[in-house]
Amino acid sequence: MSTVAIAPESALMPKRHYANVRHSVASWLLTTDHKRIAILYLVSITLFFAVGGFFAMMVRLELLTPKGDLLDGDTYNKMFTLHGIIMIFFFLIPSIPAVLGNFLIPLMVGAKDLAFPKINLFSWYLYIIAGVVAVTALVKGGVDTGWTFYTPYSSTYAKTEVFLAVSAAFVAGFSSILTGLNFIVTIHKMRAPGLTWFRLPLFVWAHYATSLIQILGTPIIAITLVLVAVERIWGKGIFDPSLGGDPVLFQHMFWFYSHPAVYIMILPGMGVISEVITCFSRKRIFGYEFIAFSSLAIAIVGFLVWGHHMFVSTQSTYAGMVFSFLSFLVAVPSAIKVFNWTATLYKGEITFEAPMLYAFGFIGLFTIGGLTGLFLAAMATDIHFHDTYFVVAHFHYVMVGGMVMGFLCGIHYWWPKMTGRMYPPLLASIAAALVFVGFNCTFFPQFVLGYLGMPRRYHEYAQEFQVLNVMSTAGASILGLGYFIPGVYFIWSLFWGPVAGPNPWHAKGLEWQTTSPPPTFNFEEDRPIVVEEAYAYSIEGAESVS
Amino acid sequence: MSHSSDSLVAHHFEDIEQQNESAVLGMWLFLAQEIMFFGGLFAVYLVYRYKYPEAWAAGSTDLDIVLGTVNTVVLLVSSLTMAMAVWSAQTGRQKGLVRYLLATLVLGSTFLVIKAFEYYAKFVHHHVPGASFSFHSEHFPNADEGHVQLFYCLYFIMTGMHALHMVIGAGLLIWLITLALKGKFGPDRFMKVELTGFYWHFVDIVWVFLFPLLYLINRHH
Repeated sequence: MSTVAIAPESALMPKRHYANVRHSVASWLLTTDHKRIAILYLVSITLFFAVGGFFAMMVRLELLTPKGDLLDGDTYNKMFTLHGIIMIFFFLIPSIPAVLGNFLIPLMVGAKDLAFPKINLFSWYLYIIAGVVAVTALVKGGVDTGWTFYTPYSSTYAKTEVFLAVSAAFVAGFSSILTGLNFIVTIHKMRAPGLTWFRLPLFVWAHYATSLIQILGTPIIAITLVLVAVERIWGKGIFDPSLGGDPVLFQHMFWFYSHPAVYIMILPGMGVISEVITCFSRKRIFGYEFIAFSSLAIAIVGFLVWGHHMFVSTQSTYAGMVFSFLSFLVAVPSAIKVFNWTATLYKGEITFEAPMLYAFGFIGLFTIGGLTGLFLAAMATDIHFHDTYFVVAHFHYVMVGGMVMGFLCGIHYWWPKMTGRMYPPLLASIAAALVFVGFNCTFFPQFVLGYLGMPRRYHEYAQEFQVLNVMSTAGASILGLGYFIPGVYFIWSLFWGPVAGPNPWHAKGLEWQTTSPPPTFNFEEDRPIVVEEAYAYSIEGAESVS
Repeated sequence: MSHSSDSLVAHHFEDIEQQNESAVLGMWLFLAQEIMFFGGLFAVYLVYRYKYPEAWAAGSTDLDIVLGTVNTVVLLVSSLTMAMAVWSAQTGRQKGLVRYLLATLVLGSTFLVIKAFEYYAKFVHHHVPGASFSFHSEHFPNADEGHVQLFYCLYFIMTGMHALHMVIGAGLLIWLITLALKGKFGPDRFMKVELTGFYWHFVDIVWVFLFPLLYLINRHH
């Protein structure tokens, strides 16, 4: 076993790089450099993660005891609603694409910037406008519909700030669409000479698939939210049962986007894992084409499974059977990825740096999240599990165990590229372990709670559920600590971290061939010319898997 | 022109072809997004039309078919003038470009004015959904008033969304006209005109679907 050398003492920071060419606040707020915009996103989504995390903390604190003694029912409803809206629309959806995708895709394809730099900046402003509207909704008293905005409660009966919350999600959606549009055009038209489709890093493939969903799915939620907003303003509208309108139609429209949206929230994480696993196994990825096309398969089949959210919403049994079958089908490309990552590890020279720990965490937790999804995709078991903590646990295993792990994995892996500096490796590994342990303590008990029949979205519960709820809340505090520590050492590293050098992990891929941090136009000389695939790792004594 | 062809290429593109191809692909993706946006509305329309065919026929028969037809012709002609504007830009006909852009703007505005008169008539006849809505049809006595109101909800939202896109298109045309008057377009740079053309044709095509779906149900009564 060899260890990857970290930060040779002699490494020097480049004198001029993207982050220090100009220093004024305006030079950041009016930048069209994809790397600076990525940093703007990083700061803003981290703030929203903290806000969403605060609401999660309130939920967990309330559930420490069976009685509703911390929050009343209405406030509790607002807490989980705001937690959902902020985490989904303002953290998970932009997380990896808008931060890492923005920073890395032009570097990975050997371009100077994304195809439309001004639109890229514009989409950050849309995100911020949406964020301001969401915070306004929050300050004016919050929302209590759940993040799903189900009608007719949201359109007719809710007395809370539904209009503002819906508008925030609407605007955030266009930010997401424009990011996806920029990525697809960049990947199609701006690849460096020699960078064929099958030499692209799988991170890029994952973002291509994600972008397709963003462009084709998000408009549906946009128009659906317009319909809800119109109904609230007019008092009469499309989903109004008094006119013969069908509230379940809203659920179809909502999930037509929101189910694919969970793939917006997981595919980029899978892209990160493909990069990190290969780097720290020093091996070519196993089954490149399968991983690449499985991303597209997930994106496409993902559009056809929305009805599995509606097995108990008056949907016909036959429609339910089709949706159930198609949902099982999504498990195939997902499993292909997991198998290929583990096959990549086989006979690799594995080292255990912090990003790799997160990658291991991702594979394990995503697998549990995915497999428990099958219980929910099967109609018979779903009737038992529907609206219980089992669903909450499943969703968080995929979204937090998957995507948040993937995000932290990617941030730890590319942090030296983004900032030119390293973080303390031991502390980072301890934090990764805390996140893993805290996460499982928080959410595994919720599978059991759901199995035992505890419904979600109530601020009170029966006495017999308390032990598991206390475990969950205790786990959440460990998880919170695990998230807090990286925040501290990343800020420390910005000022005092050891200089990383261009390629501290000895990784392949174009982004490692330029300085850390990269110059404004990414590569010092002319465009790089690509002569090999992204995973040309080779280790002594290992058999080639190609 | 004082500009050399190199200065037309933004810093992050290799050459003008790459820049133009990117712009065109970007516009197509934007239009794909637009298709899904309107597609959601059309899906809702289909669900309710299938559920309440009588009310849909009743509501449709009450729309002003003359104004609707005139507007269809106005929009189709505006697509022609837009196409001529793109051609003028490509072939360096500066005066023609300004004239055709102006003609497109005038036709687009005509459409919006006629649409406003139609909306006004609906308002006068209490056909705007809400508390004061009332509807009675001689041809379709079985049409439920609530269901017809649903039809009118969709009528206003679908044509309203379309009109909003027309207003944005008109704004783009005004912007193009000011640029054209400054001589900013020519055979080597006409992308802004061409892409606005894409958008304008798309908005017209949406109307080509809206018109029969909203105005032409069961007209033989």
